[in-house]
Amino acid sequence: MSELKLMKGNEALAEAAIRAGVDAYFGYPITPQSEVIEYLMTERPEQRTGMVVLQAESEVAAINMVYGAAGTGKKVMTSSSSPGISLKLEGISYLAGAELPSVIVNVVRGGPGLGTIQPSQADYFQSVKGGGHGDYKLYVLAPASVQEMADFVEDAFDIAFKYRAPVLILSDGLIGQMMEKVNLKAQQNRISNEELIQKYGDWAVTGKTNRARNIITSLDLESEKMEARVHRLMAKYEQMEKEDLRYEKINCDDAEYLIVAYGSSARISQKAVELGREKGIKVGLLRPITLFPFPKEQILALTNQVKGILSVELNAGQMVEDVQLSAQFKVPVEHFGRTGGIIHTPEEVLDALEQKLIK
Amino acid sequence: MDTIDIIKPENEVFCKTPLMTDTPLSYCPGCGHGTAHNLAMEVIDEMGIVEDTIGVAPVGCSVLAYDFMNIDITQAAHGRAPAVATAIARCWPDKYVFTYQGDGDLAAIGTAETIHTCNRGENIVIIFVNNGIYGMTGGQMAPTTLEGMKSSTSPYGREIESMGSPIKMTELVANLPGVYYATRQAVHTHKHARKAKKAIKKAFENTRLKKGLSFVEIVSNCNSGWKMTPNESNIWMEEHMFPYFPLGDIKVNGKLK
Repeated sequence: MSELKLMKGNEALAEAAIRAGVDAYFGYPITPQSEVIEYLMTERPEQRTGMVVLQAESEVAAINMVYGAAGTGKKVMTSSSSPGISLKLEGISYLAGAELPSVIVNVVRGGPGLGTIQPSQADYFQSVKGGGHGDYKLYVLAPASVQEMADFVEDAFDIAFKYRAPVLILSDGLIGQMMEKVNLKAQQNRISNEELIQKYGDWAVTGKTNRARNIITSLDLESEKMEARVHRLMAKYEQMEKEDLRYEKINCDDAEYLIVAYGSSARISQKAVELGREKGIKVGLLRPITLFPFPKEQILALTNQVKGILSVELNAGQMVEDVQLSAQFKVPVEHFGRTGGIIHTPEEVLDALEQKLIK
Repeated sequence: MDTIDIIKPENEVFCKTPLMTDTPLSYCPGCGHGTAHNLAMEVIDEMGIVEDTIGVAPVGCSVLAYDFMNIDITQAAHGRAPAVATAIARCWPDKYVFTYQGDGDLAAIGTAETIHTCNRGENIVIIFVNNGIYGMTGGQMAPTTLEGMKSSTSPYGREIESMGSPIKMTELVANLPGVYYATRQAVHTHKHARKAKKAIKKAFENTRLKKGLSFVEIVSNCNSGWKMTPNESNIWMEEHMFPYFPLGDIKVNGKLK
């Protein structure tokens, strides 16, 4: 049965993972996402569904545990926050290279370095431009509410298994820590080992029966084979762009100015749009729900209509580069955002729009 | 019995286990890896557990173990094999999960994973091939390189004062309660190989009985890295490696010897 609850974003994500029939979670504590593993440990999911939960000795170990379980076809995830994600990047690159379905959650805090434990969106580049080594991309979902923290767990696994690829849920300290009402879906059964072998037996390592052995690796010492692997990955990313782009448009029909914002910045910008409309400024919001794939064509189409675009991000200007590329310099594109863990107000966003684009 | 009779299948007294593929080994002639691979595969074959066995290969000379071992196998990032194996064993508690790692992988970059996996007493087997050098990358100093031993990154010999002492991993992990069995073996003679096989078998039996972690070190040679002939390297190993890394059981049935 579905259930309506008041929960923190991190807790909603953890509860949704149990309900989505996730097989295993491996993590390491780091602020502001430690509630995920705390909630899971408290809930005893091994009793509720048989889900494995393990606190690893490091983020590095945790992501490699994800690699191990994912290679056996299990539905497996990890979560962390910015410095921890940096540690996981090698493993994420291996997951992409070995084509393993898996879900990674980043509840972003400010950086660089140890930075701050306050919310930030400064890991945009790391998330959508690779991050780890080699030619790969992550499918990146950016929740803007506690409800989406819960819903995106299942969505992320659907994509991960559709493409046999790692998927990133790019949240931030604000969405992770804030409480909202959330509608939790009914409990789903975990997949049985028999069904798993039937579905993924052509690639997962589950013990060699009367078939050829399965091997999980990202290594191809023969250049032609390695290039073929890269091409296979690129074909997946192209298909993701065609079939699995997600975005939301608010008040864009008559907009003369456009704000592009995701996650917590999109929530703040939504209020800025309201305030602008009250002042008679025709402003709309385009919220990328996926950061890769990015709504390039949608932004380009809106350049026929708007006089300028403001990219609002809790960072020093990262997504703005993709907005500029999408807009192909047809209209001015500006950036606004606070850093260091400071969260901009709707008034500041509207003021920036007026100062930078309207004057 | 003439030659024709000898090769008749019914007269066969020894054959290659089907769990070794026909792919030519990429190891240098004289290297112990091939024997160590073979012993592990023979044990899995003889125990009849291949359908329930998942291997984890490392980074190092044996990175291509999956080319030679005819089993389901995952190739892990450098040093992370115990973490990879942990997750597999947790998600598939009835499977036989083992890692096959070298000294750079297990005792340098993967030290944290090794220690914590052993400490948790994961129900897995770790096969640790210690040849005192980084073979794959061309003969650099390993954490187990002996004092005074020359390598490309200790060209004047390992100096304890600046480079530390060679680390005895098996003694180290044997002190952790999660480790049920810790032993050090060799594979350069038939006698040693037979003993090593027994040790590997015992390790997999421990997995079957869900006793926790079994750690089998195999002290081996690296004739290329040591810049010796295979025979010279085996003699050198006996004269220098064995005194520092003495062979035999260190912990049996959860009790230190």
